[in-house]
Amino acid sequence: MSKNNLLEIKNLHASVEDTEILKGINLEVGLGEVHAIMGPNGSGKSTLANVIAGRPGYAVTEGEIIYEGDNILAREPEIRARAGIFLAFQYPVELPGVRTWQFLKAAVDAIRKANGEEEMGVRDFDKLLEEKRQLVEMDPDLVKRSVNEGFSGGEKKRNEILQLALLNPKLALLDETDSGLDIDALRIVSEGVNNFRGPQKAILLVTHYQRILDYISPDFVHVLVDGKIVKSGDAELALELEQKGYEWVREPTGTKVQS
Amino acid sequence: MVRNVSEVDHYSSDFQQLQGLNHDNWVFPIRGHAMETFTGIGFPTTRKGNEKWKYTNVAPIARLPFALSGPSNTSVEVIKSVAPWSDSWTNVVFVNGLYRKDLSDRSNDFELTNLAELIEERIPVEELGSLTDISDDGFAALNTSFLQDGIVLRVGQGKTVELPINVVFFSDGTPSTVAHPRIFVKAGRGSSVSIIESYVGGGGDYSLTNSVSEILVEEDAVVNHYRFLSESEHTYDVGYGRVKLSNNSVFNSRSFFKGANIGRYDLNVLVDGEYASCDLQGLYFTSGEQHMDNFINIDHAKPYGTSNLFYKGILDGKSRAVFGGTVLVRKPAQKTNSVQSDKNLILSADAEIDTKPALFIYADDVKCAHGATAGNVDADTLFYMRSRGIDLETASRLLIYGFAGEVIDKVEIPELRDFLEEAFLTSLPSYSFGF
Repeated sequence: MSKNNLLEIKNLHASVEDTEILKGINLEVGLGEVHAIMGPNGSGKSTLANVIAGRPGYAVTEGEIIYEGDNILAREPEIRARAGIFLAFQYPVELPGVRTWQFLKAAVDAIRKANGEEEMGVRDFDKLLEEKRQLVEMDPDLVKRSVNEGFSGGEKKRNEILQLALLNPKLALLDETDSGLDIDALRIVSEGVNNFRGPQKAILLVTHYQRILDYISPDFVHVLVDGKIVKSGDAELALELEQKGYEWVREPTGTKVQS
Repeated sequence: MVRNVSEVDHYSSDFQQLQGLNHDNWVFPIRGHAMETFTGIGFPTTRKGNEKWKYTNVAPIARLPFALSGPSNTSVEVIKSVAPWSDSWTNVVFVNGLYRKDLSDRSNDFELTNLAELIEERIPVEELGSLTDISDDGFAALNTSFLQDGIVLRVGQGKTVELPINVVFFSDGTPSTVAHPRIFVKAGRGSSVSIIESYVGGGGDYSLTNSVSEILVEEDAVVNHYRFLSESEHTYDVGYGRVKLSNNSVFNSRSFFKGANIGRYDLNVLVDGEYASCDLQGLYFTSGEQHMDNFINIDHAKPYGTSNLFYKGILDGKSRAVFGGTVLVRKPAQKTNSVQSDKNLILSADAEIDTKPALFIYADDVKCAHGATAGNVDADTLFYMRSRGIDLETASRLLIYGFAGEVIDKVEIPELRDFLEEAFLTSLPSYSFGF
């Protein structure tokens, strides 16, 4: 229990309306690491990402989420975001009438202010935004439009990665960012994530499929079943899962957690 | 049959005085007939079971004795500070319902006259009143009883008027007074014109503005009509607008409400030509104890027409808004395409919206959709914004501005768009959505 842990989750239990979804999660994520959380539908993997980001509607009944040494459970989502936690949404929300430019500027400035910096000048921001936009190969017209409004599924996901690049957090929680992407979009999104990857960053990548892990190679893979991590391993585990299916880990012999 | 002697009586002496001895003036019998009608039907009070006024109680207006307002020497600076204005536009100013020649422009490009002058010169206004059914509306009958001043605008065939015609009706707020402005517009065949109609001013005591606008859009003509209502919290403002579209014509309406004690805009567009289209959009922001009633009707009488009805409301305080949007597609109006929507953002538990979009379709080959929503912002939306570091208050501001911006952004006159942005965005409340 060591080293440079950016995130430590200890015995985390979380419920939605009296239904327990997370039933004692333990996880450590060190700086520089990429962790993939895999599991069947309804296993709680999206819940885990959302609870870390502070989504209202979940009750944490037990356990701790330690981020940079502090328990962040009592913090509002915007406070967590300003401290460097970023959630790429599974279903990015449309904000009618709110211009993408305006929204992104507000986010960048909020985070800068929390770090004691001044709001970014318009010209500097334009430059930064253009640079990141090119990175995710997003249509320049989309930046002028309302946030996510009328965007295709792939464009919405690219917009998430654009925000990841722009806000430059420490911990990226990617909630099924690969779902609904065609192969080109998957490549672009993955490149965006790999670009973000670095020794001072960490990534928690929630996915149902192994496919994205061909592009983003994880250091660790965890299998979540019924609210618990039943198996952990390296990238090989994902391939094994792909071949054998999730039923495999549910079998008694598969529940031994490898270290 | 006289419904209520006293409410009608308030107006009789002013009426007699206005009529005077001008028996031979063209306006004399029009006013006389209208006063008879008004005496018969009175104000449309809710107790009469009047569906059109179901949610708007005009008893306070009926009860108060409003005297006909008189001239005022309000300066142009005062007017510019509250109304949309650009010196490059053709500006026409009325104060207390009366034309201010000293503050108004004229043009050689089109016929623009004030009604008082035409009455004075005994020049009848052809087709004036042709779109107004005074027997159906007490306010329109009262307006016509007091036909006195307003604008008469005729744009000639094929003429494109480049710059907006900005008509400002300013009330100096003299207590217990009423003005009855009248607007008549005829856009000739193939012409194109933009008109801004503003109702501004008002004071600390009750006053009434009771306007009637008639707009005739001839074949292939385009009329862009902007209406801005921002009066004091003690004013009553009742507007009656009638529009008739001929073949291939286009009518775009953008209506903005920001203030009045009781506001009412009754807009009826008769699609009386093939391939005619109208796009009616509105934004109302009600606060305090304000009441705004948008009563919008689109009557498709001819085939191949299109209409879009898109209104948005932001409600705060103890205010109340009413949206009645009715699209009627008559039997001959085949291949009509019509969409209507009314969305509301309610910022206070004490605010109330009554929204009633309705469709009556008698043709069988049409495409129509309608919908209304009223509500707060959902938790997902706020979480999305907060997860980017944006606090609740900023998130709420962006959402409210964005909501209003959907209508304001579509205003095509840059100076007017800037004006509206400023007028609305600075007045929208600081607010935080909760869960």
